Amino acid sequence: MRRALAKEITAKWNHPDVFFLTGDLGFMALEEVRSALGTRFVNTGVAEQNMVGIAAGLARGGHKVFVYSIAPFCYARPFEQIRNDICMANLPICLIGNGGGYAYGPMGPTHHALEDCAAMSALGVRVLVPAFDEDIAPMLSSLTTATYLRLGYDERPAKMATPTYAPWRKLLTGSRGVLAALGPLGGVAWGALQDLPEEARPSLWVVSELGTQLIPTEFYEQLSDNSLYVIEEHVAAGGLGMHLAYAISQNKHPCGPLRHRYALGYPSGRYGSQSFHRAECGLDANSIRQMILSEL
Amino acid sequence: MDIQVFEDIFEKARMRLLQLHYDSQTGHLGGNLSCLQALMALHHISMKQEDSFILSKGHAAGALYTTLWSLGKISDQELSTYGAEGTLLPIHPSGKGIPGLLFATGSLGHGPSLAAGLALSAKQRTQPRHVYCVCSDGEWQEGSCWEALIFAVHQKLDNLTIIIDQNGLQGFGTTQDVISCSDLSPRLIAFGASVHQASGHDSTSIINALGQRSTDRPNIVILNTIKGKGTHYEGQLESHYLPINKEQYDIAKASQRKRPVR
Repeated sequence: MRRALAKEITAKWNHPDVFFLTGDLGFMALEEVRSALGTRFVNTGVAEQNMVGIAAGLARGGHKVFVYSIAPFCYARPFEQIRNDICMANLPICLIGNGGGYAYGPMGPTHHALEDCAAMSALGVRVLVPAFDEDIAPMLSSLTTATYLRLGYDERPAKMATPTYAPWRKLLTGSRGVLAALGPLGGVAWGALQDLPEEARPSLWVVSELGTQLIPTEFYEQLSDNSLYVIEEHVAAGGLGMHLAYAISQNKHPCGPLRHRYALGYPSGRYGSQSFHRAECGLDANSIRQMILSEL
Repeated sequence: MDIQVFEDIFEKARMRLLQLHYDSQTGHLGGNLSCLQALMALHHISMKQEDSFILSKGHAAGALYTTLWSLGKISDQELSTYGAEGTLLPIHPSGKGIPGLLFATGSLGHGPSLAAGLALSAKQRTQPRHVYCVCSDGEWQEGSCWEALIFAVHQKLDNLTIIIDQNGLQGFGTTQDVISCSDLSPRLIAFGASVHQASGHDSTSIINALGQRSTDRPNIVILNTIKGKGTHYEGQLESHYLPINKEQYDIAKASQRKRPVR
């Protein structure tokens, strides 16, 4: 998705008020942004705390600022700068974390971002998790507050049509419960379930923004007493599943059992690709399909 | 402004700061007194209207609030709420509700980056704004300060002046005992900054140092100061934490300013 991001920034965000900061990352992705923005593209070096502080100073000066790094270096290393310098000052900076979840796979656990959405939403930062490349443009056009943009891979199957962006989108209709998938896992789940008959699969929703107020009425209506499946490449604490459970409880909405698949960390103590880790957590396409079929 | 006029204003501010800490029975008086003269000189003489200021050593909020009070930006009534329930003036600044406060500070090591960002913004817009940031000396044990300095030197942010209150005392010891560093100058020079020293208790020395401006690199003014200057516990670690009682308050009020100190 970072190439889609680079194209969007270059095409629509190249004006004198915009700064794009990177923590020395972006090889084979951000070169066109660097060329387009010139001195307003700043490689702040391997110093993420400073990068976020610089961003806050620039934003206080009236600039629109994007801050880019590998996801954990974007939200975890400079956490206090995000909290004190951005959030306490209500600055509409966009933090871009590339490689949400296990996306950096074989790079190892230091490069994974499994608790980023929870950490950022706890600070009141708006959390956006695009599912498809086409989601980037409408997301960037909606930036008015401090935002964390969690980039991953666009995993839409080739024969899947591009759905128009919305924070919640229904990708499949089914009658065996409801499945909510966070970001790119929406495409994975579509590929896993689309060939099942409607009566044998749940309705599939892809969620691209956390926030209990965003849950559409139709989702609640479909939920009824049916099973709720939630899949997310994120730890359980503070993730989509907990957000949903909280909203359902607050609204006293009827709901069947919650089947929650989430990032378990490194249960085998071994490391590998994003696919390897997803499989360990039951988040790969085959595991998702089996989870649904086993309920039949 | 005539220097004697300034000295009179400063003395009133010093008295008000002492009263502020006595009335509120709050600590951190030592680090407030060590930088008050610089904050006053900066705001009354050196800074222009378009300039920006960040208090990175947020624990000196009392000195900043008193300075803003001396400028008429905080009323005496508001100042009297310092540290109390429902105040706009917490013991470390919230960054909100008071003109001139741009960020919440108190966790050390944030100010230099924020100031560098503001300075870069002004450069980009070719604005004449100069950005000032006051730090403590112990604060430079935070790696983020050096990250910011590396950045500011690389970006040639000559519209940035960082002022370091070098009183030599930190939270639980002297800077010499804790990190074997009683003078930051050689390290700051090695990183490429333009560094000047001044006595932090001599108005002329402060003003002269603030007037030294590089044309191709960030400026740093190291103020040699005494923590808790003019109090019964000046130069002692106790001045970092302990409030003053009536007898100590009277001693501090009666003390005469000594200058220069080094």
